[in-house]
Amino acid sequence: MITINDLHAKIEDKEILKGLSLEVKAGEVHAIMGPNGAGKSTLASVLAGREDYEVTAGSVSFVGEDLLELSTEERAWAGLFLAFQYPVEIPGVSNINFLRTAINETREKKDLDPISAKDFMAMVREKSALVELDAKLASRSVNEGFSGGEKKRNEIFQMAMLAPKLSILDETDSGLDIDALRIVASGVNKLKNENNATIIITHYQRLLDYIVPDFVHVLFDGKIVKTGGKELAIELEEKGYDWIKEEIAQ
Amino acid sequence: MPIELAGAVNHSQYKLVMSNYTEDELAKDLENQEYKFGFTTDIESDKAPKGLNEDIIRFISAKKEEPKWLLENRLEAFALWKMMTEPDWAHVKYTKPDFQDITYYSAPKQSKKYESWEDVDPEMKETMKKLGISMEEQKRLTGTNIAVDFVMDSVSVATSFKSTLKELGIIFCSFSEAVQDYPELVRKYMGSVVPTSDNFYAALNSAVFTDGSFCYIPKGVRCPMELSTYFRINEGGTGQFERTLVVADEGSYVSYLEGCTAPQRDENQLHAAVVELVAMDNAEIKYSTVQNWYPGDKNGLGGIFNFVTKRGICGTNSKISWTQVETGSAVTWKYPSCILKGDNSIGEFYSVAVTNNYQQADTGTKMIHLGKNTKSTIISKGISAGKSHNSYRGLVQIHKNAANARNFSQCDSLLMTDECGAHTFPYIECKNSSAKIEHEATTSKIGEDQIFYCLQRGISEEKAIGLIVNGYCKEVLNQLPMEFAVEAQKLLTISLEGSVG
Repeated sequence: MITINDLHAKIEDKEILKGLSLEVKAGEVHAIMGPNGAGKSTLASVLAGREDYEVTAGSVSFVGEDLLELSTEERAWAGLFLAFQYPVEIPGVSNINFLRTAINETREKKDLDPISAKDFMAMVREKSALVELDAKLASRSVNEGFSGGEKKRNEIFQMAMLAPKLSILDETDSGLDIDALRIVASGVNKLKNENNATIIITHYQRLLDYIVPDFVHVLFDGKIVKTGGKELAIELEEKGYDWIKEEIAQ
Repeated sequence: MPIELAGAVNHSQYKLVMSNYTEDELAKDLENQEYKFGFTTDIESDKAPKGLNEDIIRFISAKKEEPKWLLENRLEAFALWKMMTEPDWAHVKYTKPDFQDITYYSAPKQSKKYESWEDVDPEMKETMKKLGISMEEQKRLTGTNIAVDFVMDSVSVATSFKSTLKELGIIFCSFSEAVQDYPELVRKYMGSVVPTSDNFYAALNSAVFTDGSFCYIPKGVRCPMELSTYFRINEGGTGQFERTLVVADEGSYVSYLEGCTAPQRDENQLHAAVVELVAMDNAEIKYSTVQNWYPGDKNGLGGIFNFVTKRGICGTNSKISWTQVETGSAVTWKYPSCILKGDNSIGEFYSVAVTNNYQQADTGTKMIHLGKNTKSTIISKGISAGKSHNSYRGLVQIHKNAANARNFSQCDSLLMTDECGAHTFPYIECKNSSAKIEHEATTSKIGEDQIFYCLQRGISEEKAIGLIVNGYCKEVLNQLPMEFAVEAQKLLTISLEGSVG
């Protein structure tokens, strides 16, 4: 699905990613954990194509394409989805209109006709139920006046509507109460299949109680320094990140 | 950055300077965007010599076979105008027009009236087609009921649906026809809302106006279709001074649409119109404008000077609603206003003003509360791009007897570049302590975060900007009749087209 090789990236003059490598195959769920400032959100932004970051070395291959050569929207068309840590409000633009524009533009790139209003609305009903999102929110302006939990559920709703190949969830658990966390996790689990993959970026282990990862990676100072199974997450939760730092120091 | 203003008298001005990389690119592309309506129609025209004097006024009046009282009105207006000076309080800078270098009368040679659209000169039809109001469109619109009067340069060309309207007693015709056919109505209401002496441009218009539209809705009649006028300046060096008068008699309703375009020319052309609305007791007038006069090129050369006086007066329980989407003109000076004379009357002003390159707009409204329980709403959305300046100027005036008057004003500005300016000049004058006045203002820039969010979902930058801008203007666009709203949305998107780097 995606192969990241020795990726270096900087913002302004500060190098954040310092040789990150990672491979994610179809059907897998990977968790990337790490202390604040390790570069977790930078990784998400670089993969999605945010212009503030400059890639200085390394390569990323996504579904057989050179990801770094693609524009942000081309990455989306190729099937990359980012669930934002801070979803953006777009006043006056309904969620429905926003998603229909996104879906139809993606379809257009694949030489498909625009989705019919009937099929689209059926899909909205089905997918909004998946994350227990009130149908009324679907017709409200994108994220405007949504609670923190509603915004995160809306991200997963959009993910369900766009059916991406690779989803990157950037700190999706931050700011969620336990019920919202359960709903979001259940949505992600239902969307999981053998043809797609998920990268979960998180600071805490608790989301991983609900979405069980195949691999857990520890990101520290711009590199992946340790990889393990789901038990690594539990170990991190118990011991904190300091022991990793010590391990590296040795 | 919400800025709250409350209290009796307010006068504020702010300018925001932004710096943003993406927007710089966007700005560059906006500069390169070209005016889509820049074509001239090759129709022979019947022109008066350049310049302004009593003889020219007599010439215009004679050409139009006007009654004596109207000629006298014109001459009186001219005498007043000569004593007046061009206002300079607006936040705009331009070289003042040379009023002796303008042609005050230009009629397409085939100025006879057409009975039906089929009879209209093919070249003229082509013009209309380019304007997006082709015959086909007209035929299609027949189903959705829009009657159109088309004013090219100075003369009204054809009015459709006249007979359908006539059955209901509705009069919708060119101003010149109204002068001939309904002189008593014209004489009674013309100048009753915007007196000749009102301001420099209104006086000029009163002296030299050549045509425009007239509309009368009889008592208790609800006009079943949107009435629409298209204005277009075609001849080089001509001014367009049209006059619109809409009278809604007691208990009647009308929705009136106005669209404007002009060909691309190097010199500045002057447009100084006067629009008067009279809503009698229990009547309602909805007046919508989509203005796309030529804005000048990216260096600020050419473009229309749009100096317009628009005002309506409300009787008891009546309502006047102004909606405008302004994307054109080099300089705009325009304040559609309501005099809320009758008790319980309502005034509304919904505006989107887009400025780009070197365009300057100073626009807003005046809500004059005279009657008890009068209400007014002002929603103004400014969008500035390029090196343009966009100002909102509004006056809310509550008079002594206007008990329980209410006003709500919201003025939002959206900035696209770091070289443009957004300014607000809200004035509030309140002489009745029972009044409630609210004013909200925000200034924001088109968010890089918003664009990135759209891009990440697979929405291209051009579409993203269209979505965001249309969303920003939604409260205003929602006020427009359906067909016009679609046109306005397209226009907004065209104004911002080519913004992808």
